[in-house]
Amino acid sequence: MCGAPKQGGALAGIDLTTQTVIQGSVWHDGTPVAGAYVRLLDATDEFTAEVVTSPEGEFRFFAAPGEWKLRSLAPVGRAERVLSAEVGLNETTLAIA
Amino acid sequence: MSRTDVLVSADWAQEHLGDAGLVFVEVDEDTSAYDKGHLEGAVKLDWKKDLQDPLRRDFVDKEQFEALLSSKGISNDDTVVLYGGNNNWFAAYAYWYFKLYGHDAVKLVDGGRKKWELDSRPLSDAEVSRPATTYTAQEPDTSIRAFRDEVVAAIDTKNLVDVRSPDEFAGKLVAPAHLPQEGAQRPGHIPSAVNVPWSKAANEDGTFKSDEELAALYADAGFDGAKETIAYCRIGERSSHTWFVLKELLGHENVKNYDGSWTEYGSLVGVPIAKGA
Repeated sequence: MCGAPKQGGALAGIDLTTQTVIQGSVWHDGTPVAGAYVRLLDATDEFTAEVVTSPEGEFRFFAAPGEWKLRSLAPVGRAERVLSAEVGLNETTLAIA
Repeated sequence: MSRTDVLVSADWAQEHLGDAGLVFVEVDEDTSAYDKGHLEGAVKLDWKKDLQDPLRRDFVDKEQFEALLSSKGISNDDTVVLYGGNNNWFAAYAYWYFKLYGHDAVKLVDGGRKKWELDSRPLSDAEVSRPATTYTAQEPDTSIRAFRDEVVAAIDTKNLVDVRSPDEFAGKLVAPAHLPQEGAQRPGHIPSAVNVPWSKAANEDGTFKSDEELAALYADAGFDGAKETIAYCRIGERSSHTWFVLKELLGHENVKNYDGSWTEYGSLVGVPIAKGA
């Protein structure tokens, strides 16, 4: 199935010894942004995946170790961040200016 | 066939909501998006529950498709206007599926749900019910659907277009990165396939790129327009998006979607697999 699982929530059932989880939340003006589109781009800036944030503004990807870029799109604006991910949990925040 | 025959803009859709003879249909895997808010008057189709056989891995059959469309209030004379989440992946899949069962008057809303939301266009949570119809489908048109044996036979012969992300093509990931990296399939791609990720055909807001940009994209990737083509991804919805681009927007003949895709091919015993970029 290609639809994303529910965003956010517990990490129960996710094997952090094998999965490279990149997760976090999108913020604007001190509040989380629900319904933002967050895309994961690889080291060459190519699209890898996209999810829609939960009511709490959360997103989660299952990637691989390496360099990644996160970009969020929402009616209130956009934000971008690069990060280096390793096996296990990689947490970050996207702030829309 | 031209772009305006198969694709409508969000503006056009908003102006024509509720028109007689038009049925807007939202197609998603997770229909909770529809339940929270949808285009005024749009009915929903669940990609899995409505369009996949509950037991075998296959489509619903002709009779089941007829019963489905009849119950949704869609008649043979209606123009079906599809949209959905995931950059229209599932809407494009449904478009291909409607064509397979012979419904010719079908269009996609450019940008789907994503552009609609990014534009802050109105959504409705009102329940939609349409009077039932008696829908008649055609026998499935397998000229647009590829099966595994012809995919294996197409290696080094036809255009094989792998539309997954570069990391899935290379075998670094076995699924798109919003899903856990699990599965029985061997990672990699079909030998001789070119990798043209579906996302290269779309703008960030989910709309399709221009015909000129799309033609250049496939030409640069070594796509031979004189050959027959088979597109695939992991389960066949992202490749429906590319099938739509190649067949409906660029007008290539003999383009098939391989809906078995990597979840089938990567599990076959004895077939060749390539890895790396």
